Amino acid sequence: MIQAIAFYLFAGLMIASAVMVIMARNPVHSVLWLILAFFNAAGLMVLVGAEFIAMLLVIVYVGAVAVLFLFVVMMLDIDFAELRAGFIKNFPLGMLIALILFVELFVGIVAWNQGHITLGTADAAAAATGAESNIAAIGALLYGRYLAIFELAGLVLLVAMIGAIVLTHRKRPDGARSHQNITRQVMRRPEDATVMKQPEVGKGVDL
Amino acid sequence: MTEFFQSLGMSYEWAWSVATIAGILLIALPLMLAVAMIIYVDRKVWAAINLRRGPNVVGPFGLLQSFADGLKVFLQETIIPSAANKGIFILAPIVTFTVALAAWAVIPFSAEAVLADINVGLLYILAISSLSVYGIVMSGWASNSKYPFFSAMRSAAQMISYEVSIGFVLICVVLFAGTFNLNDIVRGQEGFGLGVINAYVVHPLLFPMWVVFFISSLAETQRVPFDLTEAESELVAGYQTEYSSMSFALFWLGEYANILLMCMLNALLFWGGWLPPIDWAPLYYIPGIVWLLLKAFFFFFMFSWVMATVPRYRYDQLMRLGWKVFLPMSLIFVAVTSGYLMATGHFGGAAA
Repeated sequence: MIQAIAFYLFAGLMIASAVMVIMARNPVHSVLWLILAFFNAAGLMVLVGAEFIAMLLVIVYVGAVAVLFLFVVMMLDIDFAELRAGFIKNFPLGMLIALILFVELFVGIVAWNQGHITLGTADAAAAATGAESNIAAIGALLYGRYLAIFELAGLVLLVAMIGAIVLTHRKRPDGARSHQNITRQVMRRPEDATVMKQPEVGKGVDL
Repeated sequence: MTEFFQSLGMSYEWAWSVATIAGILLIALPLMLAVAMIIYVDRKVWAAINLRRGPNVVGPFGLLQSFADGLKVFLQETIIPSAANKGIFILAPIVTFTVALAAWAVIPFSAEAVLADINVGLLYILAISSLSVYGIVMSGWASNSKYPFFSAMRSAAQMISYEVSIGFVLICVVLFAGTFNLNDIVRGQEGFGLGVINAYVVHPLLFPMWVVFFISSLAETQRVPFDLTEAESELVAGYQTEYSSMSFALFWLGEYANILLMCMLNALLFWGGWLPPIDWAPLYYIPGIVWLLLKAFFFFFMFSWVMATVPRYRYDQLMRLGWKVFLPMSLIFVAVTSGYLMATGHFGGAAA
């Protein structure tokens, strides 16, 4: 009973805020609705007993990704009229994508009703994780059975990170004020930087 | 507490609900009182270090100063700038305050006194503390004014940067404890140092991590020397510039509740939490909450001490410290700690 109420609460709020993401006129409001949607997704994860995933969802998506979204969207200067101008032109393409998504969902649900798919055979490590806590179970699977895939995913992320750095890195010309010598900044004392002068009345100071 | 209400003749569901609500009130109300008193302590400590008297007019020794300030703020008019984005402008202090309170749900005040003794307690704290940036970013943007906006941008970048190294520091602690449950992390520290000292911090691998954690918690709560977000010489009052009355007070309360939370985390994760400092039987007669509060109070004193003595960082130095010093250092320590623990057989036969 209470689970059903909680489920419909989270699911309903999530769908409503997902709708608001695309309905909101202000892009910053859109991002804030998106954050609410993430939150409700985390709530649903808690309901199915995946509290580790729920926490990761909040930490990664709400705590990092959405903050950067918000960061960028706030600094953008968006012309709303221009954004809406292409509505009629892009309408057929949008409908096509919506149709494809709907068909995929439909096929997925029909296939799921026929029973789940078997990808290889479950080994002993996967079978033993039933009774353990969430974190231990995920750890055992990630670092046991799916170790190779996990490492590969990590490598893909590493390549993406290096790519982003290479693309955005600018080599500054020699002699430009690019590099800070932190040691020199720290070692600098007041005696090196300031001079005490007591000029006579009516006379300036030679610098 | 559920058993107590069950003994009064309630069914389990009702007893649980009543017990949870009572627990929330038992944490939130004393916390608000503690925030009021800790602001007084903060001002007294700065005053003592600056050779001033500090608040000494309202009540004996000025003890009621925070309450007088609270009353004054409460009676002020709430001003909403006409150019502000009204909904978000009002929502921002509420978010800050709510998030600051929500994190306290998993803090174990003693072995039994914890509202939600969940397995992912530490992750919950990380998740909640990563939310606290939203109150600031929202207020900065909704104020529709330049200074708050600069402040919001600064704080978003600052909090993301330092959360990364905090995450790695926490992983080191979790490696030693083998759990994310805060109560079990405290239990793991019993007799940790040579069988006598109840604290993780005595370990040579964890002491540097504690230093990193302490400095990062200063940055995370935007205290001096990392208070770039409300640097009064550059940004008036930062993201709070346009706020008045209770909306301003909510920011203030939330900020100090976060500071207290960080002090508690320092005590819980590295200094033995509710365990007495030395594993000696007579010390266990003093209730655990006394030890925890004493330790947290000591860290709060250190926060004030730093505030009164250290000048503010430059923004590029702040970023450099976070990304070029703390991040590589904590990453190396995660690798070294796990290697050390594997070599000494800390994980038992299961890891082999």
